[in-house]
Amino acid sequence: MNVLEPLLVIALLGAVVWLISAPLRAGAAAADEAGGAQRADLEAAKETKYGEIREAELDRRTGKLSGNDWREVDRQLRAEAVEILARIDALGDTPSR
Amino acid sequence: MATVGQACLILSLAVCAFGIGASIYGARAGRRDWVAAGRRSVYALALLSTAAFVVLEVAFLTSDFHYQVVATHSSTTTPFFYRFAAAWSSQEGSLLLWIWLLSMWSSLVLFLVRRRMRDVAPYAQAVLLGFGAFFAGLLVFAASPFGVVAVAPTEGTGLNPLLRHPSMMIHPPMLYSGYTLWAVPFAFAIGALIVRRVDAEWIRATRRFALAAWFFLGVGILLGARWSYSELGWGGYWAWDPVENASLLPWLTGTAFLHSIMVQEKRGMLKVWNASLILITGTLAILGTFLVRSGILDSIHAFGASTLGVPFVTLIGAMIVGSLVLVVTRREALRTEHHLDSLLSRESVFLGNNIVLVGLAFVVFWGTFFPLISEAVTGTKAAVGPPWFDQYTVPLALMLVLLSGIGPVIAWRRATWSNVRRGFLWPVVAAAVVVVGLVSFGVATNGAAVIMFALGAFVLSVVAQEIVRGAGARRAMSGDGSLRAAASLFQRNRRRYGGYTVHVGMSVLFIGVAASTAFQNARDVRMVPGQSAKVGGYVVKYVKPTTREVWRGGRLERIALGADLEVRKGGKRVARLHTERGYYPNPAPFATGSLVRGIFEGEATSEVGMKAGLLRDVWTAVQPDPDNLNKVIDGLAARTQGKPAAEQGRAVAGLLDFYRQGAFPSQFRLITSPLVAWIWLGGLIVFAGGLIALWPAPDGARGRVRGRLAARVAQDLGRA
Repeated sequence: MNVLEPLLVIALLGAVVWLISAPLRAGAAAADEAGGAQRADLEAAKETKYGEIREAELDRRTGKLSGNDWREVDRQLRAEAVEILARIDALGDTPSR
Repeated sequence: MATVGQACLILSLAVCAFGIGASIYGARAGRRDWVAAGRRSVYALALLSTAAFVVLEVAFLTSDFHYQVVATHSSTTTPFFYRFAAAWSSQEGSLLLWIWLLSMWSSLVLFLVRRRMRDVAPYAQAVLLGFGAFFAGLLVFAASPFGVVAVAPTEGTGLNPLLRHPSMMIHPPMLYSGYTLWAVPFAFAIGALIVRRVDAEWIRATRRFALAAWFFLGVGILLGARWSYSELGWGGYWAWDPVENASLLPWLTGTAFLHSIMVQEKRGMLKVWNASLILITGTLAILGTFLVRSGILDSIHAFGASTLGVPFVTLIGAMIVGSLVLVVTRREALRTEHHLDSLLSRESVFLGNNIVLVGLAFVVFWGTFFPLISEAVTGTKAAVGPPWFDQYTVPLALMLVLLSGIGPVIAWRRATWSNVRRGFLWPVVAAAVVVVGLVSFGVATNGAAVIMFALGAFVLSVVAQEIVRGAGARRAMSGDGSLRAAASLFQRNRRRYGGYTVHVGMSVLFIGVAASTAFQNARDVRMVPGQSAKVGGYVVKYVKPTTREVWRGGRLERIALGADLEVRKGGKRVARLHTERGYYPNPAPFATGSLVRGIFEGEATSEVGMKAGLLRDVWTAVQPDPDNLNKVIDGLAARTQGKPAAEQGRAVAGLLDFYRQGAFPSQFRLITSPLVAWIWLGGLIVFAGGLIALWPAPDGARGRVRGRLAARVAQDLGRA
């Protein structure tokens, strides 16, 4: 074992401790962005809902959904999208795109 | 550097242990800082396992035989290209590859969801770190790749010659990527069950990882099949070998999962089923990892007997019990939101597809583990062969292809008869035309194959029709030309049309399997130079024997005894093929001073001679009989015992001259198979479809849709 190896091990140990302990050193407040997390969840849900609306539209146009079924599905999906937008708006700050 | 590598492993274990504790404490106490520290433990694991992997690779590439694992799995005669892959041919290296890949995928998913799913993610990261701790523990306490000896041997044992194939560079990392990627949705499913947040959010967060797992595992399986076809010298691509089956099991249940999650996302149904499927798939992925190296089942792919049976069985047992407990205790939360509206609906087709896929998985599982089951019950180890598998898998595969054609067309919730007529008229006509055509040309001699061809035509027509109709709808909306509309269709609906492309590829692949199985001609013949043999309308002539010797770094890597063959059909020459058998000398006789003595005592591999075409492959493999050389070997060995390497080299050359001039008989396996190329082509189409589905939607298109839909939703908001 040469002298370089213990130095490398110590450096690795230091880097790992520094990397892992950063949030603990910064404290709970810095790590906690509850509003941001909730917004991210809602934005993801909104994207998914828009995707579902587009899918339903394509299904109707390619004949896999009848007009009546599509209207019912579309209405329900849009209502769910409205609910998500309302929840995003309720968080305040940056408005949803 | 072995000390650094070993330190990385020990630190990895410590980091995993800390991360598990921090994640669970953070989740229970609502301390985001501790959860973040747990997440960073995963990043640290990635850093440490990368460093350990680099140390090991450097040792292999520089042939540092101080490392025991290098000395037993590589050599100076192993080509540089294959020394890199030799690292994961060992049990220790493959475990390190597992934890490295796991740490990379885990870091990626946790980074992507770092601001989402704050209730589920801490438990998911604890599960991922649990896997990390298990493998780090094995590496530290049971199978360290950093064991060293004070005095390095001058030469290593070498990489198993069977593994010296380009597919083997990629095949294991692909399989292991698949296995480790399944850990991601598995971990999130556990997290979702623990916190009882069993809506479709955990599925959406990890869907791309599940798709990537399916993709990589599929690529690995296909590369393995290709390797078997071109390297193992028996002429087949799938033998229902236990290790092959072990990789197929999570792929089958994972395929079922990828379909059934669409039902949960759309309708809030099949929650128990989806949770169970991914828990089974994750467990099967660990089982597959174990089987590759355990040696508990006889396999041509099991390259070592493991001593890790107890820890692996314990882990698998814990995964099964834990999964069962979670699903049973969360059954209320997993209650379905809707019920099946009609048997004539896409939900029903997906359910049928799932039953078939799980049925296939059960058959494969039962057949694979039958030797262990029979031994436990009767005390005798009995195995089942391909005919047993075929009697169940053939009808199930036919049903699967049929359902893969029905699924894309049938409506969600409830299909009307007009929907059915509109969707299936032309595909049914196409299937009927194929059957009539095959009967007319006298090809309909195998019922199952003909049904598969017809179903293949059905699926191809369904997808073509779907693309034409979708492009038409797109053209009506955008005013684009036909091609642009079709391209835009794929671009905007990657998941759907990527999936359809996968269905096309699977149909092409199954057509190839059906044709090459049902209409294959094979012969085993013994010929001397100048003799010919007939197979499937072709005449194969053994023109002359050939020999070859390959030296690397002043050492004999292998010799090859081969044959030049001429293939004729209807009197016309269609190909000249070369096939050979490579013999890798056993290093022991060389060490005792007689190179020629050890030539046929080591490993041997086949190089097949093949003319591959879109419609038919002509496949040949030679099996020379080294016994013809025994007397000469005895004489040469006696004369060159303890002589310098140059003289021993001349003895080898003399032996090969003798073989070329001897006109000895050799055993040949001759095969003609139709449509084998369709298997590889189908596989490529499947993976192209997988890539389409995996690729993120372009921002521009997303933005435009978002803007348009947001305006419409905002309008609704205004009305409300």
